[in-house]
Amino acid sequence: MNRAVSSSPSRRRFLKSGAAFSVAFTLAPVIEPAAQQSARASLPGSLQNNRMLSGWLSINADGTVTVFTGKVELGQGITTALAQIVADELDIDLKRIEMVSGDTARTPNEGVTAGSLSIQDSGTALRFACAEVRDLLFQAAATKLGVRTAALSVEDGAVSNPAGARATYWELVNDGMLKREATGAGRPKEPARHKVIGRDIKRRDIPAKVTGGAAYVQDMRLPGMVFGRVVRPPSPRARLLSLDEAAARRLPGVVAVLRDGSFVAVAALREEQAIAAAQALRKAAKWEEKPDLPPSDASLFAHMKTQRSLDSTVSDKVNATAAATGVKTLEAEYTRPFQSHGSIGPSCAVAQFTDGKLRVWSHSQGVFGLRADLSKAMKLQLADIIVSHREGAGCYGHNGADDVALDAALLARAAPGKPVKLQWMREDEFGWEPYGSAMAMKMRASLDAQGKIVDWQHELWSHTHSTRPYDPDGCNLLAAWHLQDPQKPGPARNIPQPAGGSDRNAIPLYDFPQQKVINHLLPDMPVRVSALRTLGAYANVFALESFIDELAVAAGADPVEFRIRHLSDPRARAVIEAAAAKAGWKSNAKGDGQRGWGIGFSKYKNLAVYCAVAAEVSVDAKSGDVRVLRAFAAADAGLIINPDGFRNQIEGGIIQSASWTLREAVKFDRTRITTRGWADYPILRFGDIPAVDVTLINKPEERPLGVGEGSQGPAVAAIANAFFNATGKRIRDLPLTPERVKTVLNK
Amino acid sequence: MSVTLSVNGKKRTAPGASATTPLLYVLRNDFELNAAKYGCGAAQCGACTVLVDGRAVRSCVTPAADVLKGEIVTLEGLGTPDQLHALQKAFIEEQAAQCGYCSAGMIMSAKALLDVTPNPTDVDIHEALAGNLCRCGTHNRIVRAVKRAARELA
Repeated sequence: MNRAVSSSPSRRRFLKSGAAFSVAFTLAPVIEPAAQQSARASLPGSLQNNRMLSGWLSINADGTVTVFTGKVELGQGITTALAQIVADELDIDLKRIEMVSGDTARTPNEGVTAGSLSIQDSGTALRFACAEVRDLLFQAAATKLGVRTAALSVEDGAVSNPAGARATYWELVNDGMLKREATGAGRPKEPARHKVIGRDIKRRDIPAKVTGGAAYVQDMRLPGMVFGRVVRPPSPRARLLSLDEAAARRLPGVVAVLRDGSFVAVAALREEQAIAAAQALRKAAKWEEKPDLPPSDASLFAHMKTQRSLDSTVSDKVNATAAATGVKTLEAEYTRPFQSHGSIGPSCAVAQFTDGKLRVWSHSQGVFGLRADLSKAMKLQLADIIVSHREGAGCYGHNGADDVALDAALLARAAPGKPVKLQWMREDEFGWEPYGSAMAMKMRASLDAQGKIVDWQHELWSHTHSTRPYDPDGCNLLAAWHLQDPQKPGPARNIPQPAGGSDRNAIPLYDFPQQKVINHLLPDMPVRVSALRTLGAYANVFALESFIDELAVAAGADPVEFRIRHLSDPRARAVIEAAAAKAGWKSNAKGDGQRGWGIGFSKYKNLAVYCAVAAEVSVDAKSGDVRVLRAFAAADAGLIINPDGFRNQIEGGIIQSASWTLREAVKFDRTRITTRGWADYPILRFGDIPAVDVTLINKPEERPLGVGEGSQGPAVAAIANAFFNATGKRIRDLPLTPERVKTVLNK
Repeated sequence: MSVTLSVNGKKRTAPGASATTPLLYVLRNDFELNAAKYGCGAAQCGACTVLVDGRAVRSCVTPAADVLKGEIVTLEGLGTPDQLHALQKAFIEEQAAQCGYCSAGMIMSAKALLDVTPNPTDVDIHEALAGNLCRCGTHNRIVRAVKRAARELA
C-alpha cells in the first residue's frame, strides 16, 4: 500500500500502515525545457506546463477515477470543488473520484496553492483534460457500439447507444489511451448542462475532521516513529555561542541531539520527552544577540521610510487638463502593522531519511518548491527527495509549514531510518513564522467642482510579501540560514503587476483621469515577512477605500453613490449595489456617535472575485471598544463551482479581517519578538463575531474567478468607514485598539 | 512506569507514560486518538479539549495523574463516521469548518454545554466556546451547528 491519497478512507489506512519507502523515486516528473514547451500550442490553465492527460487522470478498471492535482487542501474545500468539476465533465458520480494532491512523485507541479488561483489553474486544466478524455472514451465507445459519438449518451461512466447497448469507461479505457498530450480541443460543458458544478456539495474532508480520523500531518504515525522539537534562537539574528548538550542527552527517551551552527533540535521516543529535552537544551545554550530590530511603536513607519528602497511606478496615467480642474485636494496616510497568520495548529512535518533518500510529509502550500529548497539546504539531489502533502491547520499564506519540514528532515538525517514527527511549539510559530509586512500608504487626490476625482496618487512603503521557497537565488527555509554552512535567503522580490505583491490592489479600479501609484519596496527585512492572505491588498484596499470615503465626505456625497459615480465596470457596480441594498443602506445617513455603517469594495488583485462589504459597527467611547455587529457581503466570481464553499470563504474572510482590523499586531522590542502566545496576540472570539450575510451573484457564462481572498480588503475598509460614520472621526492606523480609539475620539 | 485511564468507556493502559505526561500526549500517542489537538500547550486555544467527568478540560495542561479516577471522553467517544453523534452530524450538515483543526475542541466544549443546557441561547454558546479559538472565521456556522444538534437531541 503506497497510495498517498487525500480525503478518502484509503488514506487513513495509509497513515496507519505507512509503507513509506515503497514509492518509486523514479516517478518524479521531469521538468521540460522551456524552449521545447513554447513551440507548442498554448493550453488552458495548468495544462500549459503539465500537458499529459495521464498526469491528471487515471480511469481505473475497478470503476474509480483518480484525479491528480498539484493544488492542495488548506481547508478551503479545493479538493471537493475540483472533484465536482471532474464529476460533471466526465459524467461520473462523485463517489467514484479519488483525489491525489500535492505530491512530487505523483501529481502535476502547479506551483503553490495560493493567490486564489486553484480553480483558475487546476480547475481549468481539469475541465479541459476531462472534456478531452471524455471525447476519447466516446470515440472508443462509438467503435465498440457501432454508432457515431453524437448518438451516444452517458450516465455515471456507462455509455449507451440508442438501442440500449452499453460500454463503461472502465471497460473502454486502455493503457495507452491517456498517455498523450492534451490538444486543448476538448470542449467543457455548457453551464446549462452542469449537474454537480454549482451545487452545495458537502466537503469530502470534513467527516474525518469531526470524528477523529487521521486528517492532518499531525495525525500521522509510522512504525518506529520518534518525536522532534527544535530549539530556536531567542531573537531573529542571534548566534549560538555555546551549548552544553550533556544534560539533555541524559534525559529519558532522547535518541538524537543535533547541533549544526545555530540550529539545534532533539528527537526522543515520546513527545513530552522531546519537549523536556528541548527545554533543557534551551537552558544550556548561550547566544549572542543584537538589538537590531526596528522600533515597534508608531515610529516604525517613519523608520521604514528612511530605509533603502527599490522604487517603481506601477501605474502612471497622465491627463493634465483633467487634473487642472481640481478645486480641492486631500492628503492622508494609513498604516498597517506586522500581522501573524496565527494558525491554530503550529506547523508540523514528518520526515524519514534512509540510504541517502529523504521522504517528507508536509502541509506546505508548494511541495515542489519545498523539495527544491530542501535539496539546497541538505545538499541532496531532487531525485532523492519526495515531498507529499498532508493537511495541517489553516495557514492563510506562508507560515512555518515549509520551515518545519527542513527541521524534521535535518533531525531525520541525524536519526537515520527513523521517521521523525516534529511539531513547532506555539512560541516557535509566533516567533518565527514570516509575518504579513507592516505597510504605510500615503494618499493624495483632487476633486473637481462637480465632485469627481480628477487626480489620484497612492504611494506605499512595504517589505516584500513573497519569500516562499523555490527562489532561484537563495534558499528560503529558516533552518538553512542557521546551519554551520548556511544558505542565503533569496533576495526581496515583488510579484509584478497585474497581480502585484506589496502593490496588490493599489491600482484603483475606479475611473480616474489621472493617477499615479508608486511602490517603495524595502529589500532589507529586519523582521521576517512573507505572504499573509491577500499580500498587500488588505492594506492597500484599507487605504484606497478609506480615502474614497474621505473624498466622498469632502464632496458632500453618499459613499455608495460616490463609488458608483467613478465606476464603469458593471460587475463592480452590481456588487456594491447588492451589498448596500441587502444592508438597507440609507443614503447620506449619519451615525449617532455609537453606531454607524460603512462600505468597502475591491476586485481582488483586480483579476479575481468582485466583492463589496457593508458593515455596521458600535463604538463604546468610554472603553474604546469597537464591535462589528453585522456585515453584508455581495460577491461575483463568474461561474460558481460550490456556492456554500464560496460563501464559507467570504464569511470567514470577513471575520478574519475584522480580527486583523480590531485586534492584531505582532509585538517586538529592539532585540526580540515578544509575541509568544495567544495572550500576546488576541484574536476575535465567539462573543465578538459579527452576523454575516453573503449574497452570491452567479454568472455561469463568465469564467470562474478565485474567491479565497476576496473579502478581507472590503471588510477592513467597511469597518474603518463605519467607525467614521459612527463617530465623525477617522482612524488611519490599524488595528483599532481601545487606546487608539480613545485617543482619536478625544482629539 | 505506566498509566491506566478510563477513556471512552474502556480502561486503557499506556506503558510508557508517567504521572506527569500531559493527558493530550497519552491520548494522541499512546492511545492513537487523533481528535484532541496540540494548539498552544497553555490552555489558551481549546484545540485539545476533552471531557473529564462531563466537564470540558484542556488536555494539554492536564497531567495524567490528575485524571486517573476520571471518566475521559474524546471526540472519538461521541460517535463514528457510520454512527455520528448529533453534534458531529450537525457540523457536517452546517459545513461548520474550514481547516477543521479546532473542530474537535469545539464539539467537546459544545457537548459539555448541551449536557447541562439542552436548549442554549446564542449567548450561552458564545460563553461555552469563549475559550476555543477558530482562525478560519467559521464561528457563525459553529453556533448554527450547536443549535441544530440541540434541536435534534431535544
